[in-house]
Amino acid sequence: MDARTQFALTAADLVESDESVALVYAEISGQFFGDVERRHPDRVVNVGIREQLLVNVGAGMALSGMRPILHTFGSFLVERAFEQVKLGFGHQDVGGVLVGSGGSFDISSAGRTHQVPGDVALLDTLPGISIHAPGNALEVDAALRATVGGSGLHYVRVVGQANRETHPFRPGRFHVVRRGGGATVIAVGPVLDDVLAATAGRDVTVLYANTIRPFDAAGLRAVLSTPDVVLVEPWLAGTSARHVAEALQDRPHRLLALGVPRVEHRHYGQPEEHIAAHGLDAAGIARSLETFLSPAAA
Amino acid sequence: MSRTEHLMSLMTGDEKHSAAATSTLDVIRVLYERVLKVSPESAGDPARDRFYLSKGHGPMAYYAVLAEQGFFPEEWFADWGSYDSPLGYHPDRNLVPGVEIGSGSLGHGLPLAVGTALGLRAQGLASRVVVLVGDAELDEGSNHEAIELAPALSLDALTVVVIDNGSSSYTVPGRIERRFATEGWHAVTVDGRDHDVLEKALTHREFGRPNVVVATVEGKY
Repeated sequence: MDARTQFALTAADLVESDESVALVYAEISGQFFGDVERRHPDRVVNVGIREQLLVNVGAGMALSGMRPILHTFGSFLVERAFEQVKLGFGHQDVGGVLVGSGGSFDISSAGRTHQVPGDVALLDTLPGISIHAPGNALEVDAALRATVGGSGLHYVRVVGQANRETHPFRPGRFHVVRRGGGATVIAVGPVLDDVLAATAGRDVTVLYANTIRPFDAAGLRAVLSTPDVVLVEPWLAGTSARHVAEALQDRPHRLLALGVPRVEHRHYGQPEEHIAAHGLDAAGIARSLETFLSPAAA
Repeated sequence: MSRTEHLMSLMTGDEKHSAAATSTLDVIRVLYERVLKVSPESAGDPARDRFYLSKGHGPMAYYAVLAEQGFFPEEWFADWGSYDSPLGYHPDRNLVPGVEIGSGSLGHGLPLAVGTALGLRAQGLASRVVVLVGDAELDEGSNHEAIELAPALSLDALTVVVIDNGSSSYTVPGRIERRFATEGWHAVTVDGRDHDVLEKALTHREFGRPNVVVATVEGKY
């Protein structure tokens, strides 16, 4: 099952099983919500094509004591309605679970308007928000159940790219996928399979993060062997570089931060073509590692 | 001078207030004295009525009424706006007892109120949600998303009160009431200084649809 369908199933199940849970959406993904909306019209609300309202309706529900799930494409949820996220949730200090689909390049054939490589960088300006990048459909299910059942403000990024292996939801702690004597590579969310393929012949440590905020500074420090750190993120390159710098401020280190470049990528086509163009497929990651880790570059 | 105006003077330092500072005064007084079921004792009750001050600037009248109702002591007024005071030039729900939303950026209160009305209905609570906006605040497009949705979802727990002092740059006489009515709201325009008329308008409820009270007050300038 793809991650977005899984999100819809899990969200519907959470609405069914917990009377405090509401699901607010803005037309997008409505094809998944028909049954649960008919059964719970007071708690499953389509606001129409109104994303500012989407976010503040969710925040207003939270003010009344409910636990809202808010969903549309990440571009409209985070960027179009950012002040609503900042004030409706952040400043009011109420919690909810924002679920953005599409990510950096799922909707590649639709162009820039439907792509949101900057979502995590933007949300990262908000104090206290937790940011989750589940690596496949099962991780989406686990992240949604934990965050909706918990408290605080969360962003769950639901995308098409997926890893084969499933790792538990463990916010604030990276998973150690592989231990080695060389560089430390942090794979964030659905890039793990390509990172593992790219590092297959290298003596490196691979960490996996399906929650990237909070950032596991202690986990990074605990495994660091050499000063070389590589971040591989499925959104804007360098988004988590600040956290690496803070985690290692007393340790000499150097960082290679891979991700989506800031320059607008004016191509349509398939997500795989965008992943390759950004150097985020296994071959691209391997090339970057070779340059970064070769003795000449040191 | 009324007790409330005396409290306001502690903040403004004036015995006479500008029209802008008092444009909301009568509406807020009538709401807390005669309409809303909320008090310091019921401030944590999920079933209390809610008042959302969306037009967060010029909050002295709001603070004065809350203090008079006993939500916080009037000693707080002496150093309002200072570093350690909970009372700022825009109210913060996390600092001031009785304040339901932090506001200041325009166009957020009404959309939040729509969500709260939906949340209360989903929980089977019959509480009202009254949100105060300014006429110029309706310039913000975010309000119009809410104005369309609230009647479509039959949100009869929701009341909007628009303080109309003609401060929008491109105002058209009568437009506010007509716009709400076009979208399906019960809409009236009343004298924003007449307490009995305000009480009647703000107490009025319509089954199955939200209502708006346009409270006209003297111009700002």
